[in-house]
Order: sequence, then C-alpha cells, then structure tokens
Amino acid sequence: MPPQPDADVLAAGFDESVNGFFEPISTAITSVVFYAVPLDFVGDGVELPLIVVWLVIAGLFFTVYLRGFQFRAFAQGIRLIRGKYDDPRDAGEVTHFQALATAVSGTVGLGNIAGVAVAISLGGPGATFWMIIAGLLGMCTKGVECTLGVKYRNEYPDGRVSGGPMYYLTKGLREKSPRLGTLGKVLAVMFCIFTLGGAVGGGNMFQANQAFSQAQSVTGGEDGPLGFGAAGAVFGLVLALLVGAVIIGGIRSIARVTDKLVPFMAVFYVVACLAVLFSNLGQVPGALADIVTQAFSPEAGFGGVVGVLIQGFRRAAFSNEAGLGSAAIAHSAVKTKEPATEGHVAVLEPFIDTVVICTMTALAIVITGTWADDSSAPGVETTSAAFETVAGWFPLVLAIAVILFAYSTMLAWSYYGLKAATYLFGESMIVDRTWKLIFCLFVVIGASSTLDAVIGFSDSMIFLMSVPNVIGLYILARVVKGEINGYRERLETGEIVPAAERT
Amino acid sequence: MSTSIVVGLDGSDSSNRAADAGADAARRHELRLVLACVVPWSPYSFTTAEENERRSIEKEREVRAAHERVLDPVVERLSVPGGLQVEGLVRHGHPAETLVAIARERDAAWITVGRVGQSRVRTLLFGSTPSSLIQLSSVPVLVVP
Repeated sequence: MPPQPDADVLAAGFDESVNGFFEPISTAITSVVFYAVPLDFVGDGVELPLIVVWLVIAGLFFTVYLRGFQFRAFAQGIRLIRGKYDDPRDAGEVTHFQALATAVSGTVGLGNIAGVAVAISLGGPGATFWMIIAGLLGMCTKGVECTLGVKYRNEYPDGRVSGGPMYYLTKGLREKSPRLGTLGKVLAVMFCIFTLGGAVGGGNMFQANQAFSQAQSVTGGEDGPLGFGAAGAVFGLVLALLVGAVIIGGIRSIARVTDKLVPFMAVFYVVACLAVLFSNLGQVPGALADIVTQAFSPEAGFGGVVGVLIQGFRRAAFSNEAGLGSAAIAHSAVKTKEPATEGHVAVLEPFIDTVVICTMTALAIVITGTWADDSSAPGVETTSAAFETVAGWFPLVLAIAVILFAYSTMLAWSYYGLKAATYLFGESMIVDRTWKLIFCLFVVIGASSTLDAVIGFSDSMIFLMSVPNVIGLYILARVVKGEINGYRERLETGEIVPAAERT
Repeated sequence: MSTSIVVGLDGSDSSNRAADAGADAARRHELRLVLACVVPWSPYSFTTAEENERRSIEKEREVRAAHERVLDPVVERLSVPGGLQVEGLVRHGHPAETLVAIARERDAAWITVGRVGQSRVRTLLFGSTPSSLIQLSSVPVLVVP
C-alpha cells in the first residue's frame, strides 16, 4: 500500500501550484509594461520605467496647461462637497460628497499602507517627498479626467447614469473630429481590456494578498492558526464569498456596513499614525530632514535620485490612480449640470489619498525606522511593525483596517471591471454574472500567491490603463480647458451663485 | 397672514390622525392643507458606485411609492367633502428640516405631525421627528397622539 500523502503537504501544494502558474505570466507582462531605459550615466542599475514618465508628464502638462488648476480648485471643491451649490430640487440624487466618498473608498486601499512601505523600503525616506509631489500633480490629472467623465457620461434609456474613459474616448474624440472616431473606439476597447486586468490585479489580487498577509502575521505568523499550507486559499475563499455575497447575491447590507466602517477606519488610521508620530516625537525633526534631504541626495545603494524618485512616483500613482481613468467611472454618477464641478471635487481625491493618508504612513515608517529593518518583508508588515512600537495591539487594529480597505476597494473595482465588461460585450445578465464569478475566483488566487507575482501583475495592468486614457486626455485637453474656464468665469461674474443666495 | 397648514405624513395611524386634525382646522380657518411626505435622505451618506448609478431611478421609485402608499389615499379621503384645497408633496431630506422648509415655502400657520409612540430608549438613541421639529420650527408645532 503506498504511503498516504500528508494532508498538509497536499494543501501547501495548492498555494504553490497557484503561485507557480502565475509567476511566469506576471513576469512576462511586467517586463513589457515596465520597459525601462537604463540610465547608466546616473548610477549603476538605475532604470527609468517609461510608464512612470508617461504619468508624470501628463500631470505636469495639465498643471501648466490649466495654470495650477488643482490649487485654484481646492476651495471651490470644498464648497461643492458641502452642498453649497446644490439645487434643493435635486435632493435625493447623488451629491458631490457621495460621488467623492465613493471614489475615495475605491482608491484608499492597500496602496496607502503596503505600497508606501514598499516605496520606502526600496527607495529610502526620500521616496516620501516624491510621492507627495506625484500626489499634487495627480490632483490635476484627476480633475481633468473626472470633468470629462461627467461631460461625456452615458444616460441609459432606463435612467441609469454611468460614465468613464470608454465614453469620453468614444464620444469625445468623435465630437472633436469624425476622423478621430475610429481611434476613440480603439482606445476605448484597449482601456476596457486593461481595466479588466487592473480590476483583477491591483483592485483584487493585490488587495486579497495583502489582507491575507496581514491577517496571517497578526494571528501568529507561520505558527498561528493561519500558518498552514493552504491558509491563503481558505482565507481567499472566505473573502471571495463575502465579495460574492454583495456583488452576486446582492446582499447590500454587508456593503452598507463596510461603507459606514471605511470612512471611520480611514480617520482612525490617520489618528493611529499620529499616535506613532507623537510617541516618537523626538525623531520627527530628524525624519522630516531625512525625507527632504534624501529626496535629492539619497544614501548609496538606492540607485541615486532617479531611483528614489521612481519609487515614490510609482507607488503614488498606484495608490491615487490619477491618470488611470478608474476614478472617472466612480465620479460620473453625480447629479450636476456642470461637468467642471466634479473636476473641482475630484482634485480632493488624490489629496486625501496621497498627500494625507500616504504621507501619514510614510512618516510612521520613517520615524520608527522599520523601513530599514530586514526582519519584516516590505509591504503591510513594515507598517505593522511601525505601529507595534506604540502598543502591542496596534497591529491588530491595522489588520482590521487593512481587511476593510481591501474589501471596499475590491467592491469598487468589481464595479469598474463590470462597466468595462459590459462596454466590451454588451449589457446582459451573462456578461454580468460571468465577470463577477471570475472576479471572485481571482480573490482566491490573489490570496494564495506570493507578493512579487501579484505586485508585478497588478502594477502592469493598472498602469496600462493610463496609456489609452492619457492619450484621450491630451486630445480632449482643449475641451476640458473650455469647461473649467467657462465655469470659473461664471463663478466670478456671479452668474453661478450658492443655492442660499439664489432668488 | 398665513395661507396653509402643513401636515407631515409617514403612513402611520397617528400621522393619518394628524392629517384629519389638520383638515378640520384648515376648513375652520379657510386655509389650504399641505400634506407632505419626506423620504429620509442625507447628502452625506455613503453609497456604493452601483447605487449611485441607479440613484435617479430609485428616487423616482421612492417618490412614486410615497404617493401611492402614503399620500394619495389621504388626499383622496380628505378631498371628498369639497371646498378644502389639498396639496400632496413628496420631498427627500432630513424629515424635520424638510418639514420646516416646506412650512416656510407654503407660508404655513403651523405644522401638524403624528406622535411616533416609541420607547424612551429609542428616542434617546435616535431622537424623533416631532421632538427635533419642535427645536427647529419657526412656526408652532401641533403633535397629534
């Protein structure tokens, strides 16, 4: 009689085979997307990934072209979300606040916790500085894409409203010139294909993977209850069931609970980071100095200024999604007659995501020095270690925040993916159900792979979305300028006044 | 001189009694009767992208349901005796604040609502429309048991 294979070995085999299958695919895609120009004259091994340059140039171009729109829009954006300009007759419709909150709950995810830790572990404290700069530039790109998202959104015959890059790429380019119609269609299809990939990658597997990693580490690591071989798959299965219950089963109450918890957790997360800062108050000035000086003259081994800059920009883009077009989908359902209003509101999103939340994570990691500590793998664990310096139970709170952020981000991306799928394959129940089942399957795959395989694939697909989207933004730049300047002029001349002052 | 009486309706028995009391007073003082049903809604609630996409349809459905289930039966019942002008309104918003806004718009003499009849613990935790109405309203509030 042959010896029975040990159940645990078999289980471990599952996670490994998922990983083994996934690794080569991930590596192949990554090498194409992150094609990098070697910069040997700067330093050995420094490479400049063109895709990051692509996003930064877009941010810079629109900041200059719209004369620092993101800074001028800030105050009006806040007035808009406070409902100062809402028509009372529109009570009951989607407000600016709700559109922004929905978009933020989709973007505030593990990029803010794990992504930042990766950036600093690889690029040093200076990466924080470049991350903030990237966040400030991203605010402008986000404002541009959300203005377009509302302007060219689609109103279905049954009264539903949805928009996004696929609509402004097709409608906007056709409107600009009939000759651009075909190009618009091609770009829209490309965008949708990449969105499907981004949704299962960064919007799903990366989130599932890091949620599992954090859950495993707070329950005792390899020796804890989540330490067995197939733990990733089991965790993924539970998470997939919870996602499926909402997106397939339509159990809205679960989504509603997380929707209420996520903003609470976001505030709590910032407070927790502040607690880390206050308990290490002595190190704060030194850390701030490190962040600024090492942004320009990093310690040896980080690949020079360019290396640090790339890490900062790359993780900021991954976190705030500016230029990718995903947020334009979330922002488009707002009730407004002026597309530019949502552009004003949307600049707040990268601000909250990158300039506030990512910076908090970065400060906590830099101040406690956990980024330089090899004992924790770069990712959520780095942040967790930083939190642990305050109190032993802090990582537990972080774990809950991580799982909630991951969950809400997954729900948001399942929607983005669905919109892309229905654009490609038409509105039907089969498309809807097939997409949602595939999405749930990838939750399990994501939780059972190693971080490298997942991060490579996630980054690639998410960044690819920016290729067709940003091309469209350039072509439609003048349209956006017209919308934004027109709106601001009418604000200044007093043609548009707050609801309270209307007669 | 005020021109109307505003009644807040939510479909409960006490709110129907409030409508009757309002109709009586409106007839006696020769005022218009404004029946208002407020769908609880907040501009700052958190919603999912899918809910946002369908929001306009949902709003219409809520308005229709409020008319069919709450307003129309009462409007019909009170319109019969003739002479009395009855208007039915559906709005979205914070119930007490919206009733106050309607009272201002319609130049109401007072606002009539039904009592909620909930336990003290519930009131302590969630408050009630009549009690917040009393704090917010610029015209008298009549609460009908």
